[in-house]
Amino acid sequence: MPPDDPALAIEATGLVKSFGETRAVDGVDLAVRSGSVYGVLGPNGAGKTTTIRMLATLLRPDAGSARVLGHDIVDDADAVRSVVSLTGQLASVDEDLTGRENLILLGRLLGLKRAHAKQRAAELLDAFGLAEAAGRLVKNYSGGMRRRLDIAASIVVTPQLMFLDEPTTGLDPRSRNQVWDIIRALVAEGTTILLCTQYLDEADQLADGIAVIDHGRVIAEGTPSQLKASVGSGALHVRLLDPAQRPEAERVLSNELGAVHLEPDPAALSSPCPDGDRAAEAVAELARSGVRIANFSLGQPSLDEVFLALTGHPAEEPEANAIEEEQAA
Amino acid sequence: MSADPTTPPRAPVEDEAALRKALASTPRPPRPSAASAAFTFGWRGMLKVKHVPEQLLDVTITPVMFVLMFTYLFGGAIAGSTGEYLDYILPGILVMSVLFTTVYSGVALNTDLTKGVVDRFRSLPIWKPAPLVGSLLGDSVRYVIAGTVIIVLGVVLGFRPEAGVGGVVAALALVVVFAFGLSWVFTTLGLVLRSPNAVMNAGFMGIFPLTFLSNVFVDPETLPAGLKEFVDVNPISILATASRGLMEGTAEAGDIAVVLATAAVLTAVFAPLTTRLYRTRG
Repeated sequence: MPPDDPALAIEATGLVKSFGETRAVDGVDLAVRSGSVYGVLGPNGAGKTTTIRMLATLLRPDAGSARVLGHDIVDDADAVRSVVSLTGQLASVDEDLTGRENLILLGRLLGLKRAHAKQRAAELLDAFGLAEAAGRLVKNYSGGMRRRLDIAASIVVTPQLMFLDEPTTGLDPRSRNQVWDIIRALVAEGTTILLCTQYLDEADQLADGIAVIDHGRVIAEGTPSQLKASVGSGALHVRLLDPAQRPEAERVLSNELGAVHLEPDPAALSSPCPDGDRAAEAVAELARSGVRIANFSLGQPSLDEVFLALTGHPAEEPEANAIEEEQAA
Repeated sequence: MSADPTTPPRAPVEDEAALRKALASTPRPPRPSAASAAFTFGWRGMLKVKHVPEQLLDVTITPVMFVLMFTYLFGGAIAGSTGEYLDYILPGILVMSVLFTTVYSGVALNTDLTKGVVDRFRSLPIWKPAPLVGSLLGDSVRYVIAGTVIIVLGVVLGFRPEAGVGGVVAALALVVVFAFGLSWVFTTLGLVLRSPNAVMNAGFMGIFPLTFLSNVFVDPETLPAGLKEFVDVNPISILATASRGLMEGTAEAGDIAVVLATAAVLTAVFAPLTTRLYRTRG
């Protein structure tokens, strides 16, 4: 059956899934345009993974319906499976095999001939910086390597739609950037991506549209900028080389931008600022008056603030990123 | 937008050109046939054995122990001489060892389920039972190994079956086919129970008495009434009788038919059940 709206890769209406007493997903609606990266953002236990598992045909919804690239996820599950690929939260690769064997296995299961599967595996291992580790068992891979292999396994044949469930959870910043680069490259090639994440900056960096999800419900939806705008305008943050110059900087900024907020850091101050042009003028004016600047940034309100404003509770503990570190890069 | 110096250093993936090439569209070929998908999963099972050959210990050492123990410990007492008992017990031990190994199919499946890779298998557009059929095909190779170890050891100890190599191969094939059917019971158990240990315990709780209450070890002539009737209709007895018959050249078509029919019924009932549970669990 043709999709109701061919521009939509995913249309979900009222998806519900309960486990015992818990309603893990409690009426989720999603509309994801083809060719975009759509972020589903929420804390642990918000229902992100359950939603993705329903859309990837691994779980049958208790209520509601969804079409993925025009195919109903219940009635036409096999058709959905032939156009999507899934990168699960637990790395969806076989730890007891080598990286190369994993990719050949997937290639064969997708219908590639033996020689083609081998060649495709080699190509992907090269591209994802795994050529050297190709013959090692995956259980000996670092977290970042495992994730890259996981994504490679998802694109052995090119999917039209890719589900990425927390692709950078637990990765160090370097590995995270590698994964982000791969995701951007995939999007550039035209793959639609549904990205579940609990990291606000990840959604901000990659997604064109975001649904904020909490307790199994979508509580807000929009572009990253729209979500931020719903909380308030941005601010110019300036940090000075010499704290003694702060009164001078305060005078300049209050002339240029109006209100000035002095930060607890004696070298830092900020002013509400609607756009980049005004920020550039203000910074130039600071420089002309001899104020020396260590760094500055035009911060829109962070998605953390958005989340706090929407749900009344913070999205995550700030240390969560730092604790889970990769053992070896 | 940001000049924040704490942004981590860029670490792009090694090679831009290689990345672009890898991402360029690889069109999806026609889906593999059911057999091809199943054999690919069988290959996966073989690879695991290749990486951890120790896991063959349970299918090689245990049968050797059984053969030696039963032949020399009980042979004289039960059959009058170890040599005579060997002729009787060897096909029986073949049956027992291979059937015990089938429990591990359920244990292995249960272990597999705790891993993320199952999600990927389930999200592939392949013949639904392929992962299960494939891993049981891989396990069948283990059954053949266990059987071969027993037969070779038996020959070394003086076992000389009348029907020669052909008869022995036929007996082994019959046992493996029956084991394939029985494995589905344990894979179902592997999907219903929560932990690999529970599967192991429940599995042996079933297979152990069934094997001992058969004619694998002793001729049922001496058994009390009631027990004898049970032993006579126990499919494991019929399998052991058929295997002995094939090895001695005295097999009855009826026994072989019962064994094959039992394997077919077990598969027909438990294979679809396992497949359903595999898709819906979790």
